[in-house]
Amino acid sequence: MINDILLSSNKAKGKRPYFLEDKTVERVLNITMAVAGELAVMHERLDTIERLLEKKNILQRSEIESFIPNSEEAEERQRWHATYIARVLRTVQQELEALQQDPSHNRSMEEIAEELGRI
Amino acid sequence: MDAKSQTPAVNLPPVYSLIARHEVFPEVSHDETARYNFLANLNRHLATYISPGNKIAFDKRVQPNFVAEHGRDFQTRDEVKEAMKQDPHYQSWAALRRSTMEMRQQGGRSMTLRQAEDLAKKVANLNAKSPETLILDPNLKTPYYLSIMDNHCMPGSYHTELFEGDVSNAANYDSGLFVTSGGMLGKYTDGGGKAIASWVLSNAPDFKPKRILDIGCGIGHNTLPLATAFPDAEVIGLDTGGPMLKYGHARAVALGIKNVKFMQINAENLSMFENESFDWVQTTMFLHETSSKAMVNIGNEIFRILKPNGLSLHIEQPQYTAEMPLYEQFIRDWDAFYNNEPFWGAMHDVDMNDWMISTGFKRENLLQFGARSINDNEDHTKPKAPEVEDHGRSAIWNVFGAWKK
Ligand SMILES: C[S@@+](CC[C@H](N)C(=O)[O-])C[C@H]1O[C@@H](n2cnc3c(N)ncnc32)[C@H](O)[C@@H]1O
Repeated sequence: MINDILLSSNKAKGKRPYFLEDKTVERVLNITMAVAGELAVMHERLDTIERLLEKKNILQRSEIESFIPNSEEAEERQRWHATYIARVLRTVQQELEALQQDPSHNRSMEEIAEELGRI
Repeated sequence: MDAKSQTPAVNLPPVYSLIARHEVFPEVSHDETARYNFLANLNRHLATYISPGNKIAFDKRVQPNFVAEHGRDFQTRDEVKEAMKQDPHYQSWAALRRSTMEMRQQGGRSMTLRQAEDLAKKVANLNAKSPETLILDPNLKTPYYLSIMDNHCMPGSYHTELFEGDVSNAANYDSGLFVTSGGMLGKYTDGGGKAIASWVLSNAPDFKPKRILDIGCGIGHNTLPLATAFPDAEVIGLDTGGPMLKYGHARAVALGIKNVKFMQINAENLSMFENESFDWVQTTMFLHETSSKAMVNIGNEIFRILKPNGLSLHIEQPQYTAEMPLYEQFIRDWDAFYNNEPFWGAMHDVDMNDWMISTGFKRENLLQFGARSINDNEDHTKPKAPEVEDHGRSAIWNVFGAWKK
């Protein structure tokens, strides 16, 4: 079995460029955009549910408020949270990977461009 | 309603649920679809609203500041690049674009890795139905230029298998082009192959290729349209990436296309093919992922294996010429440095005519034409907003080539 949660957020080989003057701001931007994405995903899902429920006329809003998951459901939900957090914190994971990688996995594109133009 | 209010303010990208599924296509959950929908819209937003601001910033302040400081205009695109790096608008766009590309990889990988074992099984089963059309060489070495970084920031690139038979990256590649191209390549991501097949059918009606080679075929997105357009031809797709070929072959079997073979070969050495043994040798969005010396070797091999009266064609983005403004060269070159396509710049500086002539073609037999993706995702029943040119990223290509006469 592979750890699909961590592998999904792997850093690509090659040094990551930063564009903002303050790298820490860019790190936060990356996290924020990922969160924005997940909010959009959630919105689309809720939209699907609401439209289906509306069509079928099956659900009262109060049932959502009083819902308590059983143990299997609870596990599924926790795994969802774990996947979600790893996805959102991709950029921190990748900086750490860069720190641990052999330098040959982390060469700048400028340097490689120069070399590939030559060889 | 006046004309203005009838024109939509934005061309919305097609929803991901329109993508064509085949037997090996990964299963896509509701939220994975939504994630891709978000990313396609984010890409569209950046291309339509934020990216044009780079040119505005360039004209309004970057260039005037440079001239004021240096007493002269820019002389190289590298000077433009260094000056633009200081511009706050450019910084925002670039940071957002990089982030979007990483999110696209994350989205595709989280989808394909969670089902990696199932995908590997499906691919193995389909490949077992036609083992004679998939020729792998597990000892083939990945070329240096593909192994020193991961092209377009796909971790593991075209060659990595996380376990024996893993095709998760190939499936990720298959699933994601729809998102990065905003669906412009069509439901099967084959708009480039269709465009080239259609050009050949219309412009060379007497050309009846019996043997076609597609070099750097990847998962065969653009190989299969050649096989369907020329059903009597034997089509061979070659690539160095084993997982790409395994997935691509299974995809072809699933789609019922029989006159195509996939082979694991480095295009720099085609010694397994005889001199003058192909009628048509094609490369599609391939040369820019090699290196200078590799291009020389590949060019020589193409000329050697091509039959007299054979055709060679290459689909790429437009070359940089002295006439192309430095700003445009800079923005077209962005992916070279920031989306891990490091040979992109040097390749687009090459004079393709000189390159083809150096391999043996004659100047009077060279070809060059534009091609636009044949896109079955477009909704022709709705009005379209004017398109914003997304330099280096539009599904509009330059085709270079030559007849061997
Ligand atoms: C951007 S992909 C293009 C795929 C395909 N032509 C398409 O249009 O979808 C480039 C492909 O070229 C392959 N490649 C790069 N260098 C190669 C070489 N020397 N020999 C064979 N394949 C190579 C890579 O493995 C990758 O699959």
